[in-house]
Amino acid sequence: MILDDFFTRALLAGIGMAIVAGPLGCFVIWRRLAYFGDTLAHSGLLGVTIGFILNIDLSLSVFVISGIIALLLIVLQKKTKLAGDALLGLLAHSSLAIGLVFIAILTTIRFDLMGLLLGDILSVTTNDIIIIWLGGSLILLVLFYIWKSLFAATVSYDLAKAEGMNPDVSNYIFTVILAGIIAISIKMIGVLLITGLLLIPPAMSRNFSTSPIQMMFFSIIGGILSVVIGLFCSLELNTPSGPSIIVASLMLFIISLFFKKGMTIVQKSKI
Amino acid sequence: MKKNNLLVKLNNAGVFREEKWLVKGVSLEINKKEIVTLIGPNGSGKTTTGKIVLNIIEPDEGTVKINTSRVAYVPQKINIDWAIPLRVIDFMNMTSKLNKFEIRNCLQLTGVDHLTYKNLLNLSGGEFQRVMIARAIAKNPELLILDEPVQGVDFNGEIKLYNLIKEISDKLECGILLISHDIHFVMSSTDHVICLNGHVCCSGTPQDVAKNPAYIELFGETAASAISLYRHDHNHTHNQDGSISK
Repeated sequence: MILDDFFTRALLAGIGMAIVAGPLGCFVIWRRLAYFGDTLAHSGLLGVTIGFILNIDLSLSVFVISGIIALLLIVLQKKTKLAGDALLGLLAHSSLAIGLVFIAILTTIRFDLMGLLLGDILSVTTNDIIIIWLGGSLILLVLFYIWKSLFAATVSYDLAKAEGMNPDVSNYIFTVILAGIIAISIKMIGVLLITGLLLIPPAMSRNFSTSPIQMMFFSIIGGILSVVIGLFCSLELNTPSGPSIIVASLMLFIISLFFKKGMTIVQKSKI
Repeated sequence: MKKNNLLVKLNNAGVFREEKWLVKGVSLEINKKEIVTLIGPNGSGKTTTGKIVLNIIEPDEGTVKINTSRVAYVPQKINIDWAIPLRVIDFMNMTSKLNKFEIRNCLQLTGVDHLTYKNLLNLSGGEFQRVMIARAIAKNPELLILDEPVQGVDFNGEIKLYNLIKEISDKLECGILLISHDIHFVMSSTDHVICLNGHVCCSGTPQDVAKNPAYIELFGETAASAISLYRHDHNHTHNQDGSISK
């Protein structure tokens, strides 16, 4: 069967991940949540260890822990006057540290720490692929459902609230689906690099998009290209797969900068 | 006044933030086809009052009753992140569902239909303001709240836009809450003026307010002479931060 090939499985998993990461990543950039995504990802390590301790599905435990951290952040924001980035740092590093401490205590389980931090897309199972595609479809479905109110809230909270778009509800739901994509992709790309996959394709896409929908579309294309190029490079050059994907997306971003410069020159020459 | 015309009613509303009352004891009513204006110096709580009416801020004291869900808002300032590629047409459709024809029509009303496919970031301050007003009209609201709607608009455009606002209130039969510095428009075209300085200093028809000594103290004699004036004793004075000393 075609899924027997580890490389095909990696491609399928990666492409599924990229399709979900594109639109979500756009919102992460638009809402300036880059560091927030990082915090959720860091807490993913704690999620994995807790999943091992309780012997439950790792994606589920990562999802729950990331969700709890996100809610904790919202509570802390109301309780203290500490700036948002300081709070995020506090949560990110303390949950990472707790996760690492747990791993050290759990001597009975052999842990591939590097795999957790950097991901190992080449070891995905058919089961993982099902989780990515099913979970991913669910995430996109939810995003589609809240799209209008979330987008309005992203442009202007006041406008959205005044004009009856329920921005608070969509903000909470967005936080949950962000935890969701981290849960399904942590095994492939790792704690340290997930935010890269969320951010770099949309950042590239912004350089030649004129509308929000277009930017999401190009983010998906960019993400898929990054996965394909990264995986092939990793196969040819024997480099780690997760970092290779991110490097590939960075290359695309750099190319997009030239593209943008070219567009500006064309526009100027018309005038 | 018929009861079903009432769109919003604020009763003794106040907002307390950072150990200070931003506004306190504001009562107002907005009815259909009525233009209510808020005037007052910087920091007097005009925008805050607008946000209470819009349900963006919940008052810490007093009550708000809003009888409509068809609300449109033109905020004083909105910052759009460069990262969001937002064209005028996407922005027009952001909280409503309109077809291209309706969008063009409304943009035409405020004279910016040539900008339909431009990115919002490339608009000038005045153009942006016109787009904001067009967007609000396009929503066909029952209640329209305009916070300094003509800031940055050139002189000729300002008069046109104010006339347009007047027209809209007649045509759409909506109630309008206008926050404005333009004393002339306020005095000539609005039904009810509320003069705010942390609390309601005075309120009433433009004619009544112009005669009120509290108004004259806040805005000076020139503004007051727009209609007429005669002095009364007045029952309170303001410190610099807007608090009252008897």
